[in-house]
Amino acid sequence: MEAFANLVAATGIDADGLKAAEAASSAGFAYGLAAIGPGIGIGYLVGKSVEAMARQPEAAGMVRTTMFLGIAFTEALALIGFVVFILIGL
Amino acid sequence: MTMTEPDPITTVLSGPSTEAMVSKDIIRRGLIVAPLLIAVCGFIWGLNGAYSSAYGVAIVLLNFALAAAIVATTARISLGLMMGAVLFGYLVRLGLIFLAVLLVKDAGWISLPALGATIIVTHLGLLVWEMKYVALSLAHPGLKPARP
Repeated sequence: MEAFANLVAATGIDADGLKAAEAASSAGFAYGLAAIGPGIGIGYLVGKSVEAMARQPEAAGMVRTTMFLGIAFTEALALIGFVVFILIGL
Repeated sequence: MTMTEPDPITTVLSGPSTEAMVSKDIIRRGLIVAPLLIAVCGFIWGLNGAYSSAYGVAIVLLNFALAAAIVATTARISLGLMMGAVLFGYLVRLGLIFLAVLLVKDAGWISLPALGATIIVTHLGLLVWEMKYVALSLAHPGLKPARP
């Protein structure tokens, strides 16, 4: 609490402004973290799908359909992080 | 007998683009449920909620269309290219959604809770709805699922 008071005094910003700035930066950080997980997931998902399609091109239609739905479901996690970001930090 | 490893760089997919079909189905269903979503958001958040909900539905449907277009276009060139395009496409699409929201965040008609709720509900709802039909057609290829 003392550190917070010192920071307010040093920056000259009022406490509400500082809290808003910290909320915005925390939300941005959380959105970045929320985007990393789906990025890894999509990379793994597409990599395995490409491997499957290269081995069995006759099954490509089925693999592409499930891959596309998998990408969209994984992306939903990033969208949830984004919505939290716009509600808290934007 | 020697086994040759498949090369994703030179493998090309021909035939109908299934993700384009799935995406068209999702967009068609999205347009069917859009008035209901807009009405619900309008009831909860007022006129601003209705406008924001319409904007959110448009963002989600365009996102699906763009994702399908990226996969369908690059799969005809190379599987390796498709993988790169999907990964960078994910980043680009997230950036575009961020930009679309950033452009309107200070507009008088925007309601951020309505926009956020619409994005999540529309995205997940349409996916679950589409998955029901895709799962049925994969499990029973001879059956044609009834239209909604």
